Amino acid sequence: MRFTKIAAIAALALSSGAMAQQTVKIGFITSYSGLNGNLGPYMERAVRLYLKQHEKELGGVRVELLTRDDTGPNPDKARQLAQELVVRDKVNLLAGVIFTPNAMSIAPIATEAKVPFVIMNAGTAVITTRSPYIVRTSFTLWQSSYPLGQWAAKKYKTAYTLVSDFGPGWDSEDGFSKAFSDGGGKVLAKVRVPLQNPDWAAYMQRVKDARPDVLMVFIPAGKTATAVMKNFSELGLDKAGIKLIGPGDITTDEELPNMGDVALGVLTVHHYSAAATRPANKAFVEAWKKEYGQNETPNFVAVGAYDGAAIIVDAIHALKGNMDPDKLMAFFKTWKNPNSPRGPISIDPETRDIIQPEYLREVKRVNGQLANVELETLSAAEKDPWKEFQKKK
Amino acid sequence: MSGYTAATRIRWTEWLPWIAALAFFFLMPEYLSLGARILIFILFALSLDLILGYAGIVTLGHSAFFGLGAYTAGIVSAKLGVQDNFLQLIAAAGAAAALGAATGAIILRTRALTLLMLTLAITAILLEIANKWSSVTGGADGLSGVTVAPILGLFKFDIFNRTAFLYGLGVLFVAWWVVRRIIYSPFGAVLTGIRENRARMHAVGAPVYGRMVLIYAISATIAGIAGALLTQVNQFVGLNVLGLEPSGDILVMLILGGVGRLYGAFVGPVIYLIAQDWLAKQYPEYWYFGVGALLIAVVLFAPGGILGLADQVRDKCLRLFKPRSSAKASAR
Amino acid sequence: MILYVISVGLSVTMGLMGFINLAHGVFAMAGGFVLSGAMARFGVPFPLAVAAAFVLVALGSIVFERLLYSRLYGKPELAQVLFSIGLILVSMAAARLLFGDQAARILLPEYLRGQVHFLERDFPTYRVFIIGFSFLIILGLWFGVERTRWGAMVRAAVDNRAMAQSVGINTRRLFMLTFALGSGLAGLGGALGADILPVQWAYPFEHLVYFLIVVAVGGLGSLRGPFIAALLIGVADTACKYWTPEFGAFLVYAATIAVLLWRPMGLFGVRA
Repeated sequence: MRFTKIAAIAALALSSGAMAQQTVKIGFITSYSGLNGNLGPYMERAVRLYLKQHEKELGGVRVELLTRDDTGPNPDKARQLAQELVVRDKVNLLAGVIFTPNAMSIAPIATEAKVPFVIMNAGTAVITTRSPYIVRTSFTLWQSSYPLGQWAAKKYKTAYTLVSDFGPGWDSEDGFSKAFSDGGGKVLAKVRVPLQNPDWAAYMQRVKDARPDVLMVFIPAGKTATAVMKNFSELGLDKAGIKLIGPGDITTDEELPNMGDVALGVLTVHHYSAAATRPANKAFVEAWKKEYGQNETPNFVAVGAYDGAAIIVDAIHALKGNMDPDKLMAFFKTWKNPNSPRGPISIDPETRDIIQPEYLREVKRVNGQLANVELETLSAAEKDPWKEFQKKK
Repeated sequence: MSGYTAATRIRWTEWLPWIAALAFFFLMPEYLSLGARILIFILFALSLDLILGYAGIVTLGHSAFFGLGAYTAGIVSAKLGVQDNFLQLIAAAGAAAALGAATGAIILRTRALTLLMLTLAITAILLEIANKWSSVTGGADGLSGVTVAPILGLFKFDIFNRTAFLYGLGVLFVAWWVVRRIIYSPFGAVLTGIRENRARMHAVGAPVYGRMVLIYAISATIAGIAGALLTQVNQFVGLNVLGLEPSGDILVMLILGGVGRLYGAFVGPVIYLIAQDWLAKQYPEYWYFGVGALLIAVVLFAPGGILGLADQVRDKCLRLFKPRSSAKASAR
Repeated sequence: MILYVISVGLSVTMGLMGFINLAHGVFAMAGGFVLSGAMARFGVPFPLAVAAAFVLVALGSIVFERLLYSRLYGKPELAQVLFSIGLILVSMAAARLLFGDQAARILLPEYLRGQVHFLERDFPTYRVFIIGFSFLIILGLWFGVERTRWGAMVRAAVDNRAMAQSVGINTRRLFMLTFALGSGLAGLGGALGADILPVQWAYPFEHLVYFLIVVAVGGLGSLRGPFIAALLIGVADTACKYWTPEFGAFLVYAATIAVLLWRPMGLFGVRA
């Protein structure tokens, strides 16, 4: 009796060993509630879509996505979640994260536990320097604001900047004003607005009185942008001849319908527009609508996660499921994707940050809907300018 | 409200939480970061219970002290290079105590809505300062680079949070001891008197205002220590420690456990944080619904919180098993 | 000024009825959603939709009052605070479930957009409209409370409920109506303000502090108080942002503390 039992157990062990399907666990931390809680679902959907589309490349490896809600900019909660994912659930990778403080607090865990951390959204330039195990597939604010400044300096003489008072806002302000003044323009004033600000009228009035040629605005993507647009036109700044520009966060694709005609003509610089006509994007948007509903549209938050999933899948494929952290990082550093919905992208081996094209876009009406139409490519492969400047120091 | 007239000797049931905590440490080593978080919030809840449950001060601004403690510990470490964990705690306690005494002296003359508003306004100002003074506090990006030297030179804060848990447990134990002594002392009786009938306390000649400021400052100190612990465990401070949320959360946790009884502060956070940990994973978007509904239910049907319910259940059971003596009791 | 309309409702319920209702913003949010829904889905014209916001929210609040609030009238303030926090949480979750994450879309009618030229400056028409409308409301309310029998009954009932009842005033119904009025005003405020303060699921919590500030500074139970407070705060806030944008909201909080310490019952508080 006992012998049969042992034999049975042994047989079971052997057989499961032979058929062992490898599982790669990804600890996915983002925000489903709280401030900007609507962005978390975009990221998760993008990742799942990619995984679904590219099952074959995984070569039989199963990917398990463990999703966690950090409930907004709560670094201690994010850190706790990351620590549990690493220690309790033994994930191979950490991914996601919208808010900079969350990313910063998770960084030491990635380093200590040697778990690669793929940042799919948080955009403050300094984040990737916090841990050698961080790679970013989203963007930095310098990447969009610096070329914006360069372009604006060629056409306009004076500018006024209005940004939200937090990390990405400061980055955007710095990037833009440096490029603008280096290009010969004059920045009349740099104003920082509290993040939780309901009323823009006073600030807009001030801008109007200052009479700049161009107003550069950065606020977090979403309903704040709509409020800014409305105030801009309500106070008649457009009629006063002031042009509204900014990084693409101010005209995100999913918020455009809410803005109405006040957004027409706004020029932005960004790496992604859902209206882009390249085939890879058309396929992406189509697949998105098919999977999630005809009225849904992806945005730059989604594409950051989509490419984040791409880098992970490519790594699994190349390393044949061997999730050794250092091998993963080595792979990440040299990754290229010529066919991303945003165009050809790659990772900078020195900084582990993303290199991507930046486009100048204008809000126009296409087929009855508002869209960010890409006018020209300002930079085919923009590295993060802030880090470039750091090197020169 | 039971408890404060009881003997000062420690009943055997009071050792249960500590035994449970140690059991948790050995049996569930993978959940220690959640455990550490629970311990910190128990400490925070204790501090709130001192003023809410015992002195009757309703405040939504307790996160001011929590956050101040957290930032002080963080700044002292990251900007001034002080690595010793006890020094960090002392700095945080000192800052929080100072703020508690200063604000308490000014605002405790007011009541109800005015007091509530003032506590909110103070917290809001602290939040603004933390946000703007980013060279010192890291602003919206948070303060990183906080390091804590190994405790007593031996126990490093590791990724498993073993040290963090035991350290937190130790601090909590000391605080619990202190709080317990306060509650069961003549000072504690004065507090309860103030809560129950302020006019009469004045008539009896008790220095009401002075006592209230004192307890407010003590409560602030403990809250500050809790905040410092959070910083030490996470080695990071974010703006969220100064928001409305910690104040609201801790109020909910305390009500859940039961206000005005020492152990409500233990039960509440345990249940709330564990539920949050589990539910927020399953249904992150519906978490608030459950909490809100629970809160309403507790207020309407179980004002004594869980421990209050437990008391009622216990009384019912006793009545079942000893019908004769309870008949005598109800006949009185 | 939106703050005023919403907050006067709060002053009504809190001051006249002595109930600390932090969930007031919930009714404002409801008003905003009603306006948006009425206009977008049913094509109702703006003025009618605004009126609908007032009426529907007032009616809806009666349900809440009967079921929930009335149980808490005599209870200590802590219970009321907690209850209203619970209500906020539940409504926020419900709003998110029902309306998703997007803000309610408001399209103002043509005659309310653009600017009005006055004293050599351009003022956004809509804001002028709101200020004027708020003024009318305050007149209406003042008249209603000070001059009518209803107002006298409410004041009597608040001062001494038992006496009022013994004199024959149906306090239950009175409170119900007053609550409905207060909440209806909130709904009205939310609807009118929806263009400026976007209405979405996190609304009640985000603006809670502002509503409370206006009421606390203005004074409980007063009608002029919140109006003047909202005016002062609105002007001060705008001025600070204009002249010293680095300090932003800072000064509003500092001013609130100063006022409250100087006059704990608010500038025009009824009960000293």
